[in-house]
Amino acid sequence: MKALIARDLMLTLRQGADSVAALVFFLIAGSLFAFAVGPSPALLAHLAAGVVWVCALLAALLPLDRLFAPDFEDGTLDLLLLSGLPAYEVALAKTIAHWLTTGLPLLIAAPLLAVMLRLPQGEMALLIASLIPGTAIFSLLGTLAASVTLGARRASILMPLITLPLMIPALIFGSAAAASPHPAAPLYMLGAIFCAALPLAPLGAGAALRAAGE
Amino acid sequence: MHLLTSEKLAVFRGERLVLSGISLVLKPGGMVVLRGANGAGKSTLLRALAGLTPLAAGQLLWNGAPALADRAAHAQRLAWLGHQDAVKPALTAAEHVPVSALALVGLERFAALPARMLSAGQKRRLALARVAASGRALWLLDEPTTGLDAESVARFETLCATHRAGGGMIVASTHLPLTARDVQEIRL
Repeated sequence: MKALIARDLMLTLRQGADSVAALVFFLIAGSLFAFAVGPSPALLAHLAAGVVWVCALLAALLPLDRLFAPDFEDGTLDLLLLSGLPAYEVALAKTIAHWLTTGLPLLIAAPLLAVMLRLPQGEMALLIASLIPGTAIFSLLGTLAASVTLGARRASILMPLITLPLMIPALIFGSAAAASPHPAAPLYMLGAIFCAALPLAPLGAGAALRAAGE
Repeated sequence: MHLLTSEKLAVFRGERLVLSGISLVLKPGGMVVLRGANGAGKSTLLRALAGLTPLAAGQLLWNGAPALADRAAHAQRLAWLGHQDAVKPALTAAEHVPVSALALVGLERFAALPARMLSAGQKRRLALARVAASGRALWLLDEPTTGLDAESVARFETLCATHRAGGGMIVASTHLPLTARDVQEIRL
């Protein structure tokens, strides 16, 4: 599994356009809100946590359609399924690679966007604390959607249609945790979603990979 | 020494029964060549033998025990070469397989070259090198000679002979006539 993660990281480093595009999209899309709603510091501060969360969610979706597709097209998926790793571990390895190449950079860039949107200093730590499980949930559910739509026609259109509704609970509790005066409850809920998704999403994704490999 | 046996295999692809009643016995050092027109089910049979495609009927035995009861263990017995080469353009040849294996297919000079710079035939040889380096008992090869020149086909046949001499087994689909001896042919 470590070898698979390392291979994916190496491939991303060598052809890192997807990760860079996700990061640039995150910053540009977040900046657009300031242009659309105006420069009022109070309004931007009020919206900041939600905007960062929505932009992180959308940015995390961008590389998903290439998560399994290249392996499916070039025959590598067969080798992965015959590697001796259970299919859910293959899916989990892909999830971890997605988080390391997309979720982690978004997490690092989030304070920059938050400052641009004038997020109150006191909320910054909460925003990051909520995005840590949040970006992991994006990777887990995104991997599930990417595997379910693998080989489907119009997969790139299908995938957000499947993924976005699944991510609404994480979005609600995540942005609430960052902006609420009582962040404990939404953070716990976010943690609960992560704990549920951590075993279930790779299992579902593994089954979908097996079906795609047939 | 191992023994692969299939008994009356049947396989569906989608709603269509692609194969039925396929039986074969593969002894150590044995080789089965699958022949048939396009779409006859050669690739499907190979995928079924690998455990990638589920069996609708029949059973696959490894040393007399159900081979697919433990898929991970079955995967460790076999080396797979599919239609595609499973070569990543961004990785070098040496990042796909050890340099010693590249020498088996005459690619050692290209070890440091990104795979995107290789020709189709060279990519196929790289995929063959992966199979040769696997050390697995059973090779499942889907059209292994696609894109290979005459010299590379000869090299491939040498690899097969060496593998079989060591007790390895091979199931391959191909349209090419092979010079290998003691080959069991199955026409689909």
